[in-house]
Amino acid sequence: MTEHLLEVADLRVSFRTEDGVVQAVDGVSFHVDAGEVLAIVGESGSGKSVTGMTLMGLTRGPNARFEGSARLRGTDLVAASETQLRAIRGAQIAMVFQDPMTALNPVQRIGVQIVEQIRAHDAEISRDAAGKRAVELMERVGVPRAAERLRSYPHEFSGGMRQRVMIAMALSCSPSLLIADEPTTALDVTIQAQIIEEIRRLRRETDAGVILITHDLGVVADVADRIAVMYAGRIVEQGTLEEIFYDPQHPYTWGLLGSITRIDRERPERLPTIPGSPPSLLHPPQGCHFRTRCPHEFERCADVPPLEARSGEPAHCDRCWLAPQEKRRLRDLGDGEIGLATGETVIA
Amino acid sequence: MTRFVVRRLISMSLVLVAISIMTFLIFQAIPNGDPAQRLAGRTSTPETVAAVRHTWGFDKPLPEQYVTTMKKIFSGEVISYTQQVNVLDEVKRDLPATLSLALGAGIIWLALGVLFGVLSAVTAGRFTDRALTVLALIGVSTPVFLVGAVMLYFLAFKLGLFPNGGYVPLTQDPLDWLYHMILPWTALSILFIGVYSRVLRANLLDAMNEDYVRTARAKGISQRRVLVRHVLRNSLIPIVSLWSLDFAAVIGGGAILTESVFNLQGVGQYAATSIQTLDVPPVLVIVMLGAFTVVVLSAIADVIFALLDPRIRLSGT
Repeated sequence: MTEHLLEVADLRVSFRTEDGVVQAVDGVSFHVDAGEVLAIVGESGSGKSVTGMTLMGLTRGPNARFEGSARLRGTDLVAASETQLRAIRGAQIAMVFQDPMTALNPVQRIGVQIVEQIRAHDAEISRDAAGKRAVELMERVGVPRAAERLRSYPHEFSGGMRQRVMIAMALSCSPSLLIADEPTTALDVTIQAQIIEEIRRLRRETDAGVILITHDLGVVADVADRIAVMYAGRIVEQGTLEEIFYDPQHPYTWGLLGSITRIDRERPERLPTIPGSPPSLLHPPQGCHFRTRCPHEFERCADVPPLEARSGEPAHCDRCWLAPQEKRRLRDLGDGEIGLATGETVIA
Repeated sequence: MTRFVVRRLISMSLVLVAISIMTFLIFQAIPNGDPAQRLAGRTSTPETVAAVRHTWGFDKPLPEQYVTTMKKIFSGEVISYTQQVNVLDEVKRDLPATLSLALGAGIIWLALGVLFGVLSAVTAGRFTDRALTVLALIGVSTPVFLVGAVMLYFLAFKLGLFPNGGYVPLTQDPLDWLYHMILPWTALSILFIGVYSRVLRANLLDAMNEDYVRTARAKGISQRRVLVRHVLRNSLIPIVSLWSLDFAAVIGGGAILTESVFNLQGVGQYAATSIQTLDVPPVLVIVMLGAFTVVVLSAIADVIFALLDPRIRLSGT
């Protein structure tokens, strides 16, 4: 087996807060290969952003604790020193953040901000050369009149343009891994599609691995190769796009899939939801974290189900004790529709 | 830009008119405030008082009195009641001492306030931060007359390290000027250093949580560069307006206590003695000087603001 670009093994991140210890990431393992898009999907607070930021070393702080490892081409990002990390982030791993409206420094010109990153990882490059490179990057992500626009300030850009700038910045040192944390959430739908196209093109052209963190399954369906579904700090299901969309194993995934709006079907009275809310990570439930909201809970759920391949496909893993045939029976709402049937919320 | 200046000039005139009317009226309302009585002296006959009242124009209606006084102020002929000297000459004489105090102390409190604020924010929650917090609280809550008196007593009177107050013009002897200014600068700065370091600490901690600071860190630039170029650069913007207002207030006689304790013979001390003797013209002039500097400096601060933050446009430009 060849070595993966990124191999995360049993990553745990906890934060000490005034109310107690919050286990934000609770034993997460996954890998990303070059040229592959892994989507990490989940609700707010499921630990997907913390996972991404931890890979960049951005969650480090006096109250944070880390366990496990995250190896990027052999270098453990969790154990790396701040100096090692500084050389890695921005150069080998780059991140695009959720809100492009606030992610750029409002009082610095766009060009200055891009050049800063280029020069941070290339001590030799002259200011002019870095400026030229910035123009190329801006052109590459589709910013018109790039040379001129470099002299603009962030507030003179629209949200979509700013996100392009963020992507240009992330690409400036040709990273081998790009982490995109909800890159389209704050944008209009039309702009979303353009940004997604940008990410797709980037993967095609650079062979970089991409971690796409999102709660938008529509976006996932567009670009992802593989999907990891996170719930309350754990990965509850992992598999290829097809496996997750057409043969989902975990009741939480059914719920997620059931709550997508679809234009190819009649619109339900109300959009199906998963009843309840995610558990507090201060006091998560014993055993399976989803069992408090799961209509199919039974005795075994008090023990934590390991992430194992149960459906028959070796790379399709989930954390649910139900037998695979049982799962297929329970999730079908008829008409090929998948959802979290709860008895009371029958989907029209 | 022209429209900005015109707007500011109009609002400045309004402020000056309003503040001078208020000051003028306050002195009319003060009990025992009849200037004719005091000018005529304690043992004067009612006839003398009436005569004084007539020659000084105190028997005219209030609006007329106000207008006459303002005319005199702007033509530079206004005479104080007690000393009966030209007020503007007095203020001009006192201004260098006040400017020396304001400039020196302003630089010191800005520099040290920023230094301590940054130190405090970088070490937030740790020992240095806690110690600086306590020091800042002590600085903010200790009145300047106490600090000044204690300094004078120990450093000047007991140890003889510094002169016992007084002011030496810079043009006369720069070294002696410095020698005389060190204690007043320190005493006046202490309060402001406390305030500025606390304000900046809060601004910095807020800024550190900004998304663009996270972006900066994600770029892989050094911690120091993140702090200086992204955090501090943005946090200093509000400090500019704070500083310009405080600085203007000190020039406009706001350092009454410091000037009095160290006997600097500045504008503030002149205001203090004039208030004691209910001498309206000097008080009016100094209050208007204060208001004038505040308005001018806040306009300058707005211009600097717009230069520092590209999102801000001067209103009316």
